[in-house]
Amino acid sequence: MFAPDVPVTGRFERALREDGLIAVGTSHGSMSAFSVEQYDVSARSIAAAVTSKERRAQFVPCQPKSETEFDKACASKFVQQYGGQLFRRPLTVQERDRFVTIAGAAQQKLGGFYKGLEFALIGMLDSPQFLLRMDRSEPDPAHPGAVRLDGWSKAVRLSYFLTNSTPDAELLRAAATGELHSEQGLARQVERLLASPRVEMAVRAFFWDMLQFDGFNDLFKDPSIYPGYTVAAAADAQEQTLRTVVSHLVQENGDYRDLFTTRKTWVSRPLGILYRMPVGTRNGWEQAEYPASSARAGILTDVSMLALHSHPGRSSPTLRGKFMREIFLCQRVPDPPANVNFSVVQDAVNRPGSTARLRLAEHNDNPVCAGCHKLTDPLGLTLENFDGAGGFRAKENGVSMDLSGALDGEDFVGPQGLGQALQDNPGVPACLVEKMYRSAIGRDIAGPEEPVLEYLVGRFESSRFRLPQLMRAIALSKSFYAVQNQTGLVLQKTVAVAKKGDRS
Amino acid sequence: MSQLDRRSMLRGIMNGAAVAMALPLLDVFLDVNGEALAATGQRIPIRFGTWVWGCGFVPERWIPTSEGSDYVMPADLEPLAAYRKQMAILSGFDVKLDGVANKPHVTGTLGLRTGVPVPNETVRAPTIDVLMGEVMGQGTRFRSIELSASGIERSYSFRGAGSPNPSETSPLALYKRIFGEGFQDPNAEVFAPDPEVMVRKSVLSAVSDDRQRLMKTLGSSDRQRMDEYFTAVRQLEQRLELQLQPPAKVENFTVPKAPGKTVVDAEIGNVMENHKIMAGLLAQALACNQTRVFNMLFSDTASNLRRSASSDTHHTLTHEEPVNPTLGYQEQSAWFAAQSMVACRDFVDALAGIKEGSGTLLDNTLLFAHSDCSIAKAHAVEGIPMMVIGGAGGRVRTGFHKAGRADSAARVGLSIQQAMGVQVEKWGAGSMDTNRTLTELVA
Repeated sequence: MFAPDVPVTGRFERALREDGLIAVGTSHGSMSAFSVEQYDVSARSIAAAVTSKERRAQFVPCQPKSETEFDKACASKFVQQYGGQLFRRPLTVQERDRFVTIAGAAQQKLGGFYKGLEFALIGMLDSPQFLLRMDRSEPDPAHPGAVRLDGWSKAVRLSYFLTNSTPDAELLRAAATGELHSEQGLARQVERLLASPRVEMAVRAFFWDMLQFDGFNDLFKDPSIYPGYTVAAAADAQEQTLRTVVSHLVQENGDYRDLFTTRKTWVSRPLGILYRMPVGTRNGWEQAEYPASSARAGILTDVSMLALHSHPGRSSPTLRGKFMREIFLCQRVPDPPANVNFSVVQDAVNRPGSTARLRLAEHNDNPVCAGCHKLTDPLGLTLENFDGAGGFRAKENGVSMDLSGALDGEDFVGPQGLGQALQDNPGVPACLVEKMYRSAIGRDIAGPEEPVLEYLVGRFESSRFRLPQLMRAIALSKSFYAVQNQTGLVLQKTVAVAKKGDRS
Repeated sequence: MSQLDRRSMLRGIMNGAAVAMALPLLDVFLDVNGEALAATGQRIPIRFGTWVWGCGFVPERWIPTSEGSDYVMPADLEPLAAYRKQMAILSGFDVKLDGVANKPHVTGTLGLRTGVPVPNETVRAPTIDVLMGEVMGQGTRFRSIELSASGIERSYSFRGAGSPNPSETSPLALYKRIFGEGFQDPNAEVFAPDPEVMVRKSVLSAVSDDRQRLMKTLGSSDRQRMDEYFTAVRQLEQRLELQLQPPAKVENFTVPKAPGKTVVDAEIGNVMENHKIMAGLLAQALACNQTRVFNMLFSDTASNLRRSASSDTHHTLTHEEPVNPTLGYQEQSAWFAAQSMVACRDFVDALAGIKEGSGTLLDNTLLFAHSDCSIAKAHAVEGIPMMVIGGAGGRVRTGFHKAGRADSAARVGLSIQQAMGVQVEKWGAGSMDTNRTLTELVA
């Protein structure tokens, strides 16, 4: 809202993930004392920067008439301008007065007009109206007795869904004039936002959430086993996949299913070491292709996916299979039973000739375990030629591996066979539709919404699985704006996808 | 301390903690006899904290062979031998599942911390540290401090389902949070309230002006979340209020220096080092009244600790390592279990290293140490190892081993609360539910 270099110094608490999506968890997650403390830290750093000597000309819309006396008119202008953007609607008279009063009192106590503005801005940034998204309803003139979302609430929904950010000035204008209540007016704004580069941010945030990249916060690899896997490489690995997703789905308007087979990708120098690929660009990114002779194709063979779902010192066909079922097919793999007897799995990780397939086969002699491992392992074992950090390996413990696998009765071999199987599986796009819709509405799907999903799956299919078309269909659907709770407002944390600050 | 004090505080809690908040420091959380006066003339408060290690123990190396005070110190508890008199070893107490699915490493932990077994992280009651913080965390800068030594940000401190308190994982971040901006040296020569703090406090109270109006417009579940927000804002306000008062002098305290940058991950050498630094900083924070409640997660309950250059973690070893036929247990897993007790000693050392009145910080602390399971290989929640360490200002009795014989683990949680003066007669749900105090423990 201000400038990219305005510092945000607070640390954001880990978001709550529910049924695979943080976007859904934010509707239930609470605000701990820790998070409010950290929001306040951020509020103060932002406000200090915005009102600083160097920046006030850029951000403050007027100059005080006097050095010493409080300029109420200018303070009001500042409060209304930023209050409107932060609260995503015009301030009420009481709200405006409250923050102008803060500015006056702060100036009196601390001296200086800009000190006053600084604290008025802190007040707005600490307010629940900013930190929480609140849906407001109003009587629906088209359906007497019923209610609808008011224009600003619609604008907020639309904006977070299509740009992962707060409504811009044009959208707030459309909210104020009531244009968002008409089909044409809404369509105009949807088209405008879909055409803007900001839609990439929304797609990126959605996939960061869906792919559960927050898991990288707790991910460690043993440096003596995987010397190439560094913090920088891990950050680049996530970026690689997100770049691939965004460029394929948004810039090239590609078929979602092709993400599982495309050789096109992005690389940086640190990644070049992991992939053993030459990278010309010194600092930054370049588009590349996995060579046809390599085992890699599709995002499932990206280092990010392979490393995230492995142990610190070895791969895990079970974790990999579980994540594919849960993330791309919306299936649930049960937790292992508590009283598993692993004594049949004798040592063996580094035993010459031992492979994951053999170790798991021993384990699966036990019918209690076999049930779930049948779901996970046939998928995960096809990726066994990638180690726990996502590096390629031809052999494990000196022997070559059997990379055969199966999904829903279809047999295939190796990572490319796996990518093809996912590309062909109708459950994959249907799962994406479900996740994107749930992410957009920020809650789980209610029973009566099943037909909405069917409709959206149909639209996605007829667009040949173009993501922007799916986003358009959701943004124009009536159910997207449905009032969930007729009696009250629905709260959602604004910081839906929070990145952690600097931690040593 | 009279009964009346207890009752008036209880009423305060029931009516939304108003009474407890208004009073700066209730007698109930000061030393029983009022004996422990620091040289500064201040009475010394009592602290409560938990210390959690993952993946249980090797019973024959941890459980003393006899009960009472004359037991022979078992091999894995040998590092703690110096604290023999200040520690109660509690073995054989169970989390009773009552048919609830046992989510490995989670159900046991939360079962003994809430008294109610749950099949996931959706707790059905606040954890014991939060209950304790409700009554003794008032009047300090932080209601509680959560720490994790193995790089994992989680904690097992829950106010309610969906709101775990996040842990600090880096010593430097911990230092900045406690001793950075907003910290007041209690022994500073001069005290001048910061006018900016006054303004910040008035900003927060203006933000809270909306409370009534907003609450009226919300449905019940949202009202609860909004209430959590306003409670958190109120806590922040109270913290600023404290900053406007001159802090009480603290004997033997000098502001610690910032720790250097360390590697935060799960390699056990790094974990031990980070754990030691964080324990030292926490002890200093307790000494100068920044908080009275804390939770240290030494290793996560599905312990990701590992030795450098090994592809196994403590957790995977518990499941996959074959039993050494000569020893009769898993040798490498046992090594991690033994190291966990060395770490526990490091932590207790940090508390015992700070002088307070005629004793140490440890004498005025109740440290509740426990794991998530007994035999990690089977994720067994029967006989989860637990210890009560420290003197709690004379409120607990220690120096013995007590075998629970499959009794409810909630007896321990109940007794700790009662020892600390929380007015509670029964605790736990289903088969865990108990009103039977462990009389050995409560002074």
